[in-house]
Amino acid sequence: MAASVAAESQPAEAGGPNHGLRIFLMWLPLSVAADLILYFVYGPHMPPGRMSNTAESQQFDIKVMSVLAAPVMIFVLTFAIYALIVWRRRPGDDADGPPIFGHARIQATWITVTAVIVLFLAGFGTYELAWPGMAGAGAGEGPSPIWQPKGSDFLQVQVIAQQWRFTYRYPQFGGFETTQLVLPVGRPVQFNVTSLDVIHSFWAYQLGVKADANPGVNNIAYTTPEHTGTVTVRCAELCGLWHGAMYNFGKVESVSAFESWATHTEASLASITRILPPYATTYDPTVIPNINAAMAKAGIAGANGYYYPPQDPVQP
Amino acid sequence: MSLPARIVTLLVAFLAVVAVALFVVIHYFLGGPQTVDFSAGVSADTGATVHVVLQEDPQNTVSTHPDWVSYFIQSPTTKKWVHTTLFKVPAGSRIDVTIYGYDGCTPLRNPYFGKVTGTIGGVEYVDGKPVSQINSWSGCNVGHTFSIPGIDLNVPMASPGLTANLCGTSPCTSGPHKTVTFSFMSPRATGTYFWQCRVPCGGGFIDGFGGPMQTIGFMTGNMEVVS
Repeated sequence: MAASVAAESQPAEAGGPNHGLRIFLMWLPLSVAADLILYFVYGPHMPPGRMSNTAESQQFDIKVMSVLAAPVMIFVLTFAIYALIVWRRRPGDDADGPPIFGHARIQATWITVTAVIVLFLAGFGTYELAWPGMAGAGAGEGPSPIWQPKGSDFLQVQVIAQQWRFTYRYPQFGGFETTQLVLPVGRPVQFNVTSLDVIHSFWAYQLGVKADANPGVNNIAYTTPEHTGTVTVRCAELCGLWHGAMYNFGKVESVSAFESWATHTEASLASITRILPPYATTYDPTVIPNINAAMAKAGIAGANGYYYPPQDPVQP
Repeated sequence: MSLPARIVTLLVAFLAVVAVALFVVIHYFLGGPQTVDFSAGVSADTGATVHVVLQEDPQNTVSTHPDWVSYFIQSPTTKKWVHTTLFKVPAGSRIDVTIYGYDGCTPLRNPYFGKVTGTIGGVEYVDGKPVSQINSWSGCNVGHTFSIPGIDLNVPMASPGLTANLCGTSPCTSGPHKTVTFSFMSPRATGTYFWQCRVPCGGGFIDGFGGPMQTIGFMTGNMEVVS
């Protein structure tokens, strides 16, 4: 920066090169080319893809940030390389550099440009989160989302995290629970994410959905799958010995295929569904009323429905 | 301090450091439970049958954590019980499993895992009777589970009951227990598949999911599938 100010603050010597113009003329085509390549060539392949509206939105955000960042990076590199070549020390040149007194125009330009970029990104990011079409951009919004998509015909899918597996409940299909995540294409989905033990994080990569799974908390995230395909689900929060193996693959299918799957699964899992706790947004697995009765019947007291006596530690 | 004393002191200190380093390397990096090999002499991908026998105990009296619950695996060659949770099976084979459940009961955190999945026929046999699910929230009836998420295998282990006078010395050879048998096909894809218990049986740890639940050699381990 000092070299920049030094260079720019010194008027071009009479008949000497205009360094600022030279750098600008090198920077401009490189930046335009980089931005075009980033947006149109590499952009469509940027993560997390375009399987859902939230994923598409995230990809667009990453493209916008890349397009803004590339000219800045290219300016820094162009200036550095130019300085290394043009202002390198020549043999026999032992003179000091020119004194630096600052340059109001450059400083104002620098502050203005960076401020505009940062403020634009802040506004842009907020808009992308709050825009009704995105409704939180696939992120967990807690139990009372302030950004909700329009409409009410959401497919409710509860994500239950436990060491070291995700299970999914479908309350609109009798509340069955399964290890398979299957979604219909084109229908908005409301994920209700919770945990039965430690903190996990539900990350459906291709859908652009990521929500922490906290015990005793319902963390809501929205998305609308727009293409059929396979979804990779990973735990994104270090959760114990087998955290690295806590992943599975979900599917986005046609509406008819999903309806068929859900109806068939509801019927085939009816017996296990009957012994599940009633559907709720959160669960407290440490208190099981039936166990109290069983223990009392056996003449054993003290556990009070807990897994272990109350003096044993539980989640803070 | 004299020169010989200095040399001796330095030598002793050096040897102490070396000893500590060796202990750490041997005990923590090279040590650990042994792997019981059920693949010896069995050709992979032929559908051959392999018999794997385990037991789960309310404690173990063979380790430095005697109050931790633990699985044991029976060696197919010596028939001795080995304190480990690592075993090796051939790929593409039928695995017949027998597990002796000597431990008491604890309810599952998620009763969904009371359902038997991934076994041949979708059932397990508890003392010879076919069972497709056990409701661990209805009473004292589940001790642990044997679950391999990578192949969607989940088998709840029946418990001998709330008032049973449980075996107190490991590996258990007598005492009230349930015998659980089931079969599954090992995957054709070779590799390491972790297995775990889903019952929070780590008493004394947060939510019962620490200690033996997260320590290989006790309630979790690996099934190595080889060609």
